[in-house]
Amino acid sequence: MKSYTLNHLKELEAESIYVLREVAAQFERPALLFSGGKDSIVVAHLARKAFWPAKIPFPLVHIDTGHNFPETIEFRDRFINDLGAQLIVGSVQKSIDEGKVVEEKGYNASRNALQTVTLLDTIEEYQFDAAIGGARRDEEKARAKERFFSHRDEFGQWDPKNQRPELWNLFNGRKHMGEHFRVFPISNWTEMDIWQYILHEKIDIPSLYLAHEREVFVRNGVIMAVTDFIKKRDDEEVMVKKVRFRTIGDATCTGAVESDADTLEKIIEEVAAARETERGTRADDKRSEAAMEDRKKQGYF
Amino acid sequence: MTTQTKNIQEPVKGYLDMELLRFSTAGSVDDGKSTLIGRLLYDSKSIFEDQIQAIEESSKRRGDENVNLALLTDGLRAEREQGITIDVAYRYFATPKRKFIIADTPGHIQYTRNMVTGASTSNLSLILVDARKGLIEQTSRHTFISALLGIPHIVFCINKMDLVDYSEEVFEKIKADLEAFASKLNVKDIRFIPISALHGDNVVNKSENMPWYQGETLLYLLENIHIGSDQNHIDCRFPVQYVIRPQSTEYHDYRGYAGRIAGGVFKPGDEVVVLPSGFSSKIKSIDTYDGPLDEAFAPMSVTLTLEDDIDISRGDMIVRPNNQPEISQDIDLMVCWLNEKPMHLGGKYAVKHTTNDVRCIIKDVKYKVNINNLHRIEDDKTVNMNDIARITMRTTKPLFYDRYERNRNTGSLIIIDEATNETVGAGMIVE
Repeated sequence: MKSYTLNHLKELEAESIYVLREVAAQFERPALLFSGGKDSIVVAHLARKAFWPAKIPFPLVHIDTGHNFPETIEFRDRFINDLGAQLIVGSVQKSIDEGKVVEEKGYNASRNALQTVTLLDTIEEYQFDAAIGGARRDEEKARAKERFFSHRDEFGQWDPKNQRPELWNLFNGRKHMGEHFRVFPISNWTEMDIWQYILHEKIDIPSLYLAHEREVFVRNGVIMAVTDFIKKRDDEEVMVKKVRFRTIGDATCTGAVESDADTLEKIIEEVAAARETERGTRADDKRSEAAMEDRKKQGYF
Repeated sequence: MTTQTKNIQEPVKGYLDMELLRFSTAGSVDDGKSTLIGRLLYDSKSIFEDQIQAIEESSKRRGDENVNLALLTDGLRAEREQGITIDVAYRYFATPKRKFIIADTPGHIQYTRNMVTGASTSNLSLILVDARKGLIEQTSRHTFISALLGIPHIVFCINKMDLVDYSEEVFEKIKADLEAFASKLNVKDIRFIPISALHGDNVVNKSENMPWYQGETLLYLLENIHIGSDQNHIDCRFPVQYVIRPQSTEYHDYRGYAGRIAGGVFKPGDEVVVLPSGFSSKIKSIDTYDGPLDEAFAPMSVTLTLEDDIDISRGDMIVRPNNQPEISQDIDLMVCWLNEKPMHLGGKYAVKHTTNDVRCIIKDVKYKVNINNLHRIEDDKTVNMNDIARITMRTTKPLFYDRYERNRNTGSLIIIDEATNETVGAGMIVE
């Protein structure tokens, strides 16, 4: 008898497409959170597949800290234009100007935590009832317990001890007025799956992911790019290194790794041999053991 | 723990041939489950140095003697503080042959709902048995839940063989007990492996301490067990999830029915019937972004177009005329209760079944099951959290379903409290 099986990428793709269609069917005003990083690029690509030949039936939302690598914004505009999707930008600078948040001070100042306020304000302003994100369960241990459909109360908070059980492929998106959901279609993908999929599907990604020469300095063992947004101490020496980024977030808290991987194939080899998780370069996770859980409870991505 | 690197994921070459195996584990604090998972992750190089470093530091802070591998999976602050696993944790690893998703669930009776959740999407259940204790209540419970949730393969790892002098006699006795117990349940495929998770015997490498065991190691079994028949490829079932209407000039009249195939194999030209309307048509095309397909089967997500213009919406089901599902408003099912508030006999609830939303009334509780010894409890009809019961319900609209043991996609449903919107029950349709 003929064997009907899917390979692991096809099965993951089928699962994610199912989740994205479920969002469009169960919610009135969903939005896709788009950071310009590889995970949200893959989610947007999957959304294009899920609704083809129609366009993606929801807008893409970028929560912009203002501290971006220029490559990210360039890429964002080109990518979204190709998709034919609508872009909404939530600006952290605006939240600061309006006095809703206060900018952190000092050498390790970052706007990463401030994003939460801008995100929740954007969700409220546009009355989004579901925000689709590119988080994966293998990224971080608080995320290992996250649901596909993750309920948020009227304050946007996550209650990890009181999550709805999620069985089979039956997703319960019922909610009261003012509450919303975060939805994670690529929950079951690993960093390796993402790269293999990007290679296989020939998905365009920002050049920052590929090895390139850049001015950097080292802080707390993490290689940081020299940018206008980060205050450098006098004793921190600037050097030029061949680096690439494993994640692309706010420029103030995203570290680089030294690398020669300037093609997708080389990145995959590097990921296979890596001895540190990709979040090992994220300064925002190093603040405490439960840093991610605490931020998520308050409404972080 | 020794470092083994022979299972490094092969980077680029051959990755498209990898299959995905989802398995669940259940166990309590000291049966070696964390050690076993830790070993599988470590030996397949899926734990990273910064993760090891982080748990080494917190083990030291907590005053643990050894590196506490449970800290890898216990991700929530409350879990680490109380030293217990509260929720299902998902773990990932890969070998050159397969990618694995582990649903790791706590084994105590008060966490039955988590076990049920983890088991609901698994191909395989890995049950740890302490060789010194043999078949205990917890083992019966895990086995029963695995069978109830229709997991096609159960693997019993008789662990801590090092503490019983690697005795074949001990292993055979436990195996006979487990076989006798499992014969009362409906399980398709059962395996037994004598292991020592701590020393690595028969986990990744064959044990030199148990030459009498001729079978496979755990990892070999996980990599090779046949899972191609786990989905139903006989009964064609296509629950319509979403209607795609581009309303663009290029696709002006396009009307596609998007969904995930829940059973059977669909081909263009197939005659189909749409439920509940009963209208018939033929499949015109099976569309995907990557191009049209000659055939599609579970669990693929595709878009069907039909030859005729008929009114179809979410919740409808496309099937073959000569093989139709059961259609009824009176449903007989096993339910696992998931909520602190007991089930309300005669109460009304919302129900999600495939892509359908209906309401129901709980008509009767026939019996509850004592999941430690499988005895029926008929004199107490209160269904509390973690209870498993046989009930009947009447729905506001007919459901199109198959028995759960025939199809897990069309035989499962969830029960939702309409006041709180919480998922309060998991149902497996008996008839």
